[in-house]
Amino acid sequence: MSVTTTDNLTGQIVSAVQQKINVKADPLRNEALQIFQELGLPAPKHEEYKHTPIARYLEKNFSFAASPASGPLADIKRFFIPGVDANVIVMIDGVFSQAHSRVISPETEIKIQSLGEALAAKNPVATQHFAKYLDIRNNSLAAWNTAAWNQGIFIHVPDNKVVETPVIIYYISNATAGENIVVNRNLIVAGKNSQATVVEKFDSTGSANHFTNLVTEVFVDENAGLDLYSIQHDLNNRFQHNITEIFQKNSSRVNTFTFTLQGKFFRNNLHLALDGEGIESHMYGLYLLNSDTLADNHTVVDHKKPNSFSNELYKGIMDESSKGIFNGKIFVRPNAQKTNAFQANRNILLTDKATVNTKPQLEIWADDVKCSHGCTTGQLDEEALFYLQSRGINKDTARAMMLYAFAGEVLDYVKHPQLKDYLDSVISDRLHKNF
Amino acid sequence: MLSIKNLQAKIDDKQILNGINLEIKAGEVHAIMGPNGSGKSTLASVLAGREEYEVLGGEVEFLGKDLLALEPDERAREGVFLAFQYPVEIPGVSTINFMKTALNQIRTHRGQQPLDAVSFLGLMKEKMKLVEIDQSLLNRALNEGFSGGEKKRNEIFQMAMLEPKLAILDETDSGLDIDALKIVANGVNKLRSKNNAVIVVTHYQRLLEYIVPDFVHVLYKGKIVKSGTKELALELEAKGYDWIKDEVSVA
Repeated sequence: MSVTTTDNLTGQIVSAVQQKINVKADPLRNEALQIFQELGLPAPKHEEYKHTPIARYLEKNFSFAASPASGPLADIKRFFIPGVDANVIVMIDGVFSQAHSRVISPETEIKIQSLGEALAAKNPVATQHFAKYLDIRNNSLAAWNTAAWNQGIFIHVPDNKVVETPVIIYYISNATAGENIVVNRNLIVAGKNSQATVVEKFDSTGSANHFTNLVTEVFVDENAGLDLYSIQHDLNNRFQHNITEIFQKNSSRVNTFTFTLQGKFFRNNLHLALDGEGIESHMYGLYLLNSDTLADNHTVVDHKKPNSFSNELYKGIMDESSKGIFNGKIFVRPNAQKTNAFQANRNILLTDKATVNTKPQLEIWADDVKCSHGCTTGQLDEEALFYLQSRGINKDTARAMMLYAFAGEVLDYVKHPQLKDYLDSVISDRLHKNF
Repeated sequence: MLSIKNLQAKIDDKQILNGINLEIKAGEVHAIMGPNGSGKSTLASVLAGREEYEVLGGEVEFLGKDLLALEPDERAREGVFLAFQYPVEIPGVSTINFMKTALNQIRTHRGQQPLDAVSFLGLMKEKMKLVEIDQSLLNRALNEGFSGGEKKRNEIFQMAMLEPKLAILDETDSGLDIDALKIVANGVNKLRSKNNAVIVVTHYQRLLEYIVPDFVHVLYKGKIVKSGTKELALELEAKGYDWIKDEVSVA
């Protein structure tokens, strides 16, 4: 690799990491930092990042110098989802805030603690699953995270426990004093026959740029069910790279929801490994972009064993000069016969300046499978608009009706009533729903 | 009510309407007939304000207003209703929500209070009977997965709900079997009054047996070449359109 500014940037990040964390004391961190250094940030021609020049975004907007301490945050509750009884975890600038967090479910039902503390105490579940599913050799952001994460949440739902109360993790970046870099690492383990819901919501205050590198590893044991929500609805100074690495065992059920509604830059890597039979996995995504937001969803579903089902529905509306990117890979391994795998990506472009790049990638080595994919990109259906207008509905309302209907298909799959109400209100607001 | 003078219009680079003149008074039913490609549906579309059509000249006055200066939704709020030849399927938009939004925007324009949910549903039930449309159909997304007949009945249901002053039925009979045709025609007839007018655009005389017109106009090459009463429709049914074409070429 030639010496480019990307390398300089990588070097700056490495020294920033070394200043904060004694990586030499931990073989995994040390190895990860070396890998990060070797790989560097994805270069502009990197196949997986070609529409998402993360190095350029970071270089242009961050110095990676030590950030000044921000003052205390007032009025955290304004970021909370209203009307939901939840186990609330608050992370401020990547640091767990005991003062603002509140777990109401009994500890016999769900264990929520600091991942660092769980690992230090040699918690057997945490040590069994930590860093087992993330591949740090092929993704430098994963390596960076593994070398540099300072805090994170470990959630363990023991076998046979059904947790009705969702866990909501609020990540709040305080960007009032200057730029702000957060590197968090979570681990979620859902025991056999368990059931839980985890919601992540990202917010900030202040006008400086802030970047979050978040990795969440998830293990879903036999016959367990897990719903994961990521609500990305911040201000336009948020830059974020997410990796969600999910490993599923026999007859487990996972639903993921990724709502990207506002921010500057989002890259969501969602990887599901279906290592069992009778698994059901649903991936839902909705990205409503405006301004110059870039949102990139890269998903991989890997059918490793026979008789499982995966379904993916991602929809996007791009307004102004926003950029949407979707890449959906489906792997069906040679012995994963009787696999059902479906994927759909639908996009609406509202302006000439908005763009979307969509790419399905199916690699199927088994012969007795049902797989399908479809992607569409278009403008708002003029004939439908005319139809609504011809009944006396003004053009703005007609547009809002159609956009809301388009987005609503994803919202329909949200089962939790208060969460659905909240998302509905945010989406209605974004689409200027007035009917 | 409606006064069309020398209306000319084109789509893409093709002029379709070559000077239409037509006067319609309240209480009248006018049938527009003509061979394929004569401009019947274009006329309906231009009156409703479809954007693809460009008006090249002429005037259309509707209840004292310059209709051509209005947006499609403004025309609808003034009382124009187009029953589509091909009603559009709109997934995700519920028929009930759509109808409530439309009706209340029209009511607001007329200076009436918007209907609350209860009164709206009451009105809906009443109008559903008129076109023998089932509630389960209206609980679905707008026209999504409806059969051809169901779509056309939904058009007349919407017309009944919105109570337009001028209804334009664009080939509403196409794709209907005789039973559906009777239901649709019956619905239209019940909505006829001395205060409103109907334009029935059709290729065949069949529909006019059930919606009896006061006047019949024959459109050919973008002009009205012959006008008469309902007997003209019967004559066209018996003799086809060729004699009209011959008459025009002789003239």
